[in-house]
Amino acid sequence: MTGNFDKPLTERMHSDGSVVDLQAYEQAGGYQAIRKVLRTGMTPMEVTEEVKNSNLRGRGGAGFQTGLKWSFVPRGKDIPNPTYLIVNADEMEPGTFKDRLLMERDPHQLIEGAMVAGFAIEADIGYIFLRGEYTLAAERLARAIAEAYEHHYLGENVFGSGYSLELHLHISGGRYICGDETGLLNALEGKRANPRSKPPFPPSVGLFGKPTVVNNVETICCVPHIINRGAEWFKGLGRTRDGGTKLFGASGKVKRPGLWELPMGTTVREILEEYAGGMRDGVKFRGLLPGGASTDFLVEEHLDLPMDFSSLDKAGSRMGTGTMIVLDDQTCPVGMTWNLTHFFAQESCGFCTPCWSGLGWAERILKSMEEGHGQPGDLDKLAFQTKMWAPGHTYCALAPGAAEPVQSALKYFHDDFERHISEHRCPWR
Amino acid sequence: MLTAEEIQEIETEAGHYPKREAVCIDALRIVQRHRGWVSDDSVHDIAEHLGMSDTDVDSIATFYNLIFRKPVGRHVVMVCDSVSCWIMDYDRVKKHLHERLGIEYGQTTSDERFTMLPIVCLGCCDHAPAMMVDRDLHSDLDPQKIDSALEKYK
Amino acid sequence: MATVFVDDRPYEMNAEQNLLHGCLSQGFKLPYFCWHPALGSVGACRQCAVKQYKDEHDAHGRIVMACMTPASEGARISIADPEVVAFRAGIIEGLMLNHPHDCPVCDEGGECHLQDMTVMTGHDYRRYEFDKRTFRNQNLGPLVNHEMNRCIQCYRCVRYYRDYAGGEDLNAFASRDRVFFGRHEDGVLENEFSGNLVEICPTGVFTDKTLKHHYVRKWDQQFAPSICVHCALGCNTDAGERYGSLRRIVNRYNHEVNGYFLCDRGRFGYEFVNSDKRFRQPVLRGQPTSVAAAHRYLEETIAKGRVIGIGSPRASLESNFALRSLVGADQFYSGLADQEAKLIRQMLEILRRSPVRTPTLREIEECDAVFILGEDLTNVAPRMALAVRQSVRQQPMETVKKLKIPLWLDFGVRDAMQDAKGPLYIVAPYRTRLDDVATATFHAAPDDVARLGFAVAHALDSTAPAVAGFDDSTLAGEIAGALKAAKKPLVISGTSCANEAVIRAAANVAKAANAALSFIALECNTVGAALIGESPLSAAFQAVRDGYADTVIILENDLYRRALHAEVDSMLSAAPHVIVLDHLPNRTTEKAELVLPAGTFAESDGTFVSSEGRAQRFFQIFTPQNDVSASWCWLKPDRWRDLDDVLAAMSAEFPELAAVREAAPSASFRIAGAKVPRSPHRESGRTAVLVNINVSEPKPPEDPDSPLSFSMEGTPDQPPAALIPFFWSPSWNSIQAVNTYQKEIGGPLRGGDAGVPLFEPAALNGQPYFSAIPPAFRPRGGEWLLVPMYHIFGSDELSLAAPGIAQLSPKPHVAVNSSDFAEGMEVEVTCAAGMFRLPVRIYPEIPPGVAALSAGLPSLAGIVLPAWGKIERAR
Ligand SMILES: Cc1cc2nc3c(=O)[nH]c(=O)nc-3n(C[C@H](O)[C@H](O)[C@H](O)COP(=O)(O)O)c2cc1C
Ligand code: SF4
Ligand code: FES
Repeated sequence: MTGNFDKPLTERMHSDGSVVDLQAYEQAGGYQAIRKVLRTGMTPMEVTEEVKNSNLRGRGGAGFQTGLKWSFVPRGKDIPNPTYLIVNADEMEPGTFKDRLLMERDPHQLIEGAMVAGFAIEADIGYIFLRGEYTLAAERLARAIAEAYEHHYLGENVFGSGYSLELHLHISGGRYICGDETGLLNALEGKRANPRSKPPFPPSVGLFGKPTVVNNVETICCVPHIINRGAEWFKGLGRTRDGGTKLFGASGKVKRPGLWELPMGTTVREILEEYAGGMRDGVKFRGLLPGGASTDFLVEEHLDLPMDFSSLDKAGSRMGTGTMIVLDDQTCPVGMTWNLTHFFAQESCGFCTPCWSGLGWAERILKSMEEGHGQPGDLDKLAFQTKMWAPGHTYCALAPGAAEPVQSALKYFHDDFERHISEHRCPWR
Repeated sequence: MLTAEEIQEIETEAGHYPKREAVCIDALRIVQRHRGWVSDDSVHDIAEHLGMSDTDVDSIATFYNLIFRKPVGRHVVMVCDSVSCWIMDYDRVKKHLHERLGIEYGQTTSDERFTMLPIVCLGCCDHAPAMMVDRDLHSDLDPQKIDSALEKYK
Repeated sequence: MATVFVDDRPYEMNAEQNLLHGCLSQGFKLPYFCWHPALGSVGACRQCAVKQYKDEHDAHGRIVMACMTPASEGARISIADPEVVAFRAGIIEGLMLNHPHDCPVCDEGGECHLQDMTVMTGHDYRRYEFDKRTFRNQNLGPLVNHEMNRCIQCYRCVRYYRDYAGGEDLNAFASRDRVFFGRHEDGVLENEFSGNLVEICPTGVFTDKTLKHHYVRKWDQQFAPSICVHCALGCNTDAGERYGSLRRIVNRYNHEVNGYFLCDRGRFGYEFVNSDKRFRQPVLRGQPTSVAAAHRYLEETIAKGRVIGIGSPRASLESNFALRSLVGADQFYSGLADQEAKLIRQMLEILRRSPVRTPTLREIEECDAVFILGEDLTNVAPRMALAVRQSVRQQPMETVKKLKIPLWLDFGVRDAMQDAKGPLYIVAPYRTRLDDVATATFHAAPDDVARLGFAVAHALDSTAPAVAGFDDSTLAGEIAGALKAAKKPLVISGTSCANEAVIRAAANVAKAANAALSFIALECNTVGAALIGESPLSAAFQAVRDGYADTVIILENDLYRRALHAEVDSMLSAAPHVIVLDHLPNRTTEKAELVLPAGTFAESDGTFVSSEGRAQRFFQIFTPQNDVSASWCWLKPDRWRDLDDVLAAMSAEFPELAAVREAAPSASFRIAGAKVPRSPHRESGRTAVLVNINVSEPKPPEDPDSPLSFSMEGTPDQPPAALIPFFWSPSWNSIQAVNTYQKEIGGPLRGGDAGVPLFEPAALNGQPYFSAIPPAFRPRGGEWLLVPMYHIFGSDELSLAAPGIAQLSPKPHVAVNSSDFAEGMEVEVTCAAGMFRLPVRIYPEIPPGVAALSAGLPSLAGIVLPAWGKIERAR
């Protein structure tokens, strides 16, 4: 699949799946952004401004403006020491497989991004928080970090500029909630990964109580390119207001499941039909979760929506991670909802009631429904629970995320739920 | 007792954090890598080494999915049970493994060769269904692929 | 203050607080679980949800957690909005999913926070149809029972136990809806404040195991306000009785003293009251006798003249005073051992001249630099250790304030503070249980503890005497610097080192640093006894030895615990008549001709003076169906009819004690003509107290001594603080009812807190610096300086008679730092008191030549410490 647009994130990747090592990365123009920053005497604020102007929005799911987040970090002489940069490489959102590619295939891009981001927020120490199952990514990142240290790109006095950054790879003990940025902070401190209260926000009180920025892998990978080629260029990559390219993916019973770097704002239909090749023979499209398990179902009527943060927000869904999960007509939507809810119930950290208690209940209701024991009142109970998980009702965004597929499934696949109850069985079994 | 090698690995990681207790999760992972799982004795040894209470270490150990607090077989088969794999006929994979190995989730084969566990999305959704055996990812699974994959693990 | 609109009506709320705090303070019935006034907000349970509106035009609003939202000026919220009402009902439904239907057999039933909130929220029908999760319970030792299936995952237990009390052996395990709160494995909870879990847990997960052995419902108990008798801090308690046995102790909130928490000795030590060894009738020459016969004997013996009285630091002011009145002022002895009496006198002198009042425990929590000289607080004055543990948060809190994090936002505060701790310096002969939060510790012989103190004083103020030949001035300088930089510095010392110089050094530091000064005594009325009687034990011994007295009346005092056995023996055998009033048999009662069954705190009224100098009244909980009565009742002259007469006589004689009368309302106090009921209303309507025998009730006993009645009849209103027998108000059956007794949540009780301080601050600091500085300690070859080592469980005489406490008491031992011995080795300790075979514990921090010896344990009674002694391997 090639198109007539830049693919800054993936263009250096080898087609055989092997890793772009330091030499190859540099040959392809790598480590120029950090050189530019350090050699031209850009200030941290200037870097931050450039990223702000690029309208880069976080690729971890929430779409928060990256430059704005960086600007919250206290700067100057009297600030608490050190400042931390954390790369969120926990990628545990079901249906999501984008950061893995970036880390396995082009780890230096991430390292350079971390260096530039670290410079912008005046970080002294960086961590890459990697999920434990990504063993290949771990090996390749560890190797790349070692290479970068060997070449004195990392460590003290980078390129003789006086700027220093230590970068460590932390491998997680495994838990979806570690992906939440404040749960992640606790995990990195060696604690149970319960999320933290906000306020205080990580840029003022973060890791070990110090100013901290947490950014997604893909977000960080965009940074060197913005510095190299400018904010305007980056904005121009997108088809809509939300700038840049984005890794979009599709899984489920499509012809060519996969991952593609495409302009932000590429429509759902294009991704589904052109890149993923449409539905497999013999199955029909019923709906999709646009960006991982914690996004609302979209159906036929939404297919022409541009995939970007603002458009999907407006349609009552979320772009999330941009990796869609496709539901076909041979697959039971109730079963799928159960599967999703099972995941969230299991991954609840156990801190706040609507989540730990409500998700467990909802999961049991969906399971019994799928097994043919659904009761007439069950749908009301489910609908009520999803309201209990609304944003602000719970302590973190896990339960609100869990609510999205359930709520939208109840809306779009209501008849299927009813049939499970009235027929005392799953019609797909 | 932690081995000298384990201690050295823990200390290397500990150097990455400003606080000793922060290395607790790494320590659990390191010990598990050497011993397959984290026993009560290991919890105690790690606690002692880090100056923490057994209770605190265990509290952390039991929170994380990838820390095993019960003995496992020589190889751990972790089957992705998340949504994309589920759509791609996870049930068949699970059933095949159950039958092949004669065990349910959480159980270990009598020859202690395999332990089977469910795992959340492995980030391999475009090649679903998937599973991990030890540190290796196996994707696009069907019964034949499963059988040949398992062959490698003695 | 901020004006907050609740359902469109304006209320004044504390702007430094959150909305839950504000709403509860205003009397709103807003349910909550995870929040606790002493622990702050974390937003876990999501029960306290309210609707918040941007302004008066916002019709939509959004649901927020009251506990996580500041009570800011102009805030508009609704508690009654249907959507938020439904949300709260949804939360309680969620909490109840797994909760078992075991209220009828649950110890918490009827006083359960969860039950109250369930009713308050209106959840009554269970829609959940699936299996409940179940757990295995743990054996957490003799004091606290564990029943995990009832857990609602509010996280209060671990937050209290770990974050507040510093415990490390209780935590949360696993995740999702299967979080387990417990220990890594079965075993006794290690923290000395574990009993508070019983009140912290909003339901029946952690309950009082001692109560379990003789369980009764709250509404079937008869309560009275009481004062803990197990150390000198005077924590306020409520004690509950049924059928003549004491069933339990619960915390009685006193904003200035114990706040919400007690120590385990105080909570669980009560069972000595129920001991089957208790004297329940007079015993004359080994034979039970009648009250009339006992009185006759008492009168006849006294009439013969030549009587002396020995008082007691564990008997009330009233009992000590009654004895003193009976035998005459010159014939009364305080009952304190000589060294202790001397130390207490010294302490009192210093306090009387001090320009600042000794701080209350609450004030100690607010101190921002603490210097402890010679005390192992956790084992001697436990509740103060818990207060000091909070004080180390004061200085880091300044950083938190700068970050504009509200102080009630518990996790936010802790995340920002991390491990930062304010200054706490502990100088003592051996390690203490507060060392984990100390900035630095220094272990030295008592004289060297004093020398360091003197050096700190000198470092603070060069006019304070310098310490000749003192070489560790770095630490002294550091401590001086910390005290000087503090806004509220505090010095703590006491009698533990049995060393006068230590106390004087503390006084010098306090003067030099302009710091608050807190002295600790050992027993519940040590200070009171010292105020009533000046002469110590040896003077009493002397009087008998000199043939001056032939009758000795001993009040609630086992002399064998305080003096060399040979001396006590010779005194008791020289006295022709020995009359002893006490609760339980001991070596002294064995020697008595007549033993009078003295009421414990549970069967008596009286007043104790805490080491803070606070006089506090305790009230009889029940009238025993036997001859037991308060010691002062046995001893008082007929012209004193009731307690008020005793108090009147006492204040006439001791002007310094005049304020004692203000410690509680007099017996004539009434609220709208009614007394204060000792028993809660029985909502069941089942009012017969003796249902097990007969439903026709006997007339309840009269109580001439207090404004409390022995029944559920009386005022429905909230009584003054000193008279609160139990906390209850409509809808609030659990201990959380205390909310409704406070002016503002977590603040003083309505009408003021109980107790009166006896020592008013002096106008000027009239205390000159002490200049007698002891020379540095020099180890003696072949001999050890034996210093006392106190044990929270074991060193206190009475609580040791409670089975749970006895089970936790350590075996007597001696701790040294010497390569001559190995851990656990049997040794013989020989001193003036004799030879004792003990196991050795190696404490590497103990200075050479010093050995710490278990104090107060029965088998080591009679060793007067400090003493010099030999330690040799047992043959
Ligand atoms: C339950 C939960 C899981 C999350 N998992 C991830 C994750 O795996 N990776 C990630 O980058 N962000 C994840 N996030 C979002 C992060 O909290 C955070 O917003 C993100 O890392 C910020 O980076 P960005 O601004 O670059 O997107 C998760 C959020 C929640 C609530
Ligand atoms: S044990 Fe009690 S206090 Fe602790 S979380 Fe459970 S219900 Fe709350
Ligand atoms: S009391 Fe407010 S969330 Fe628990």
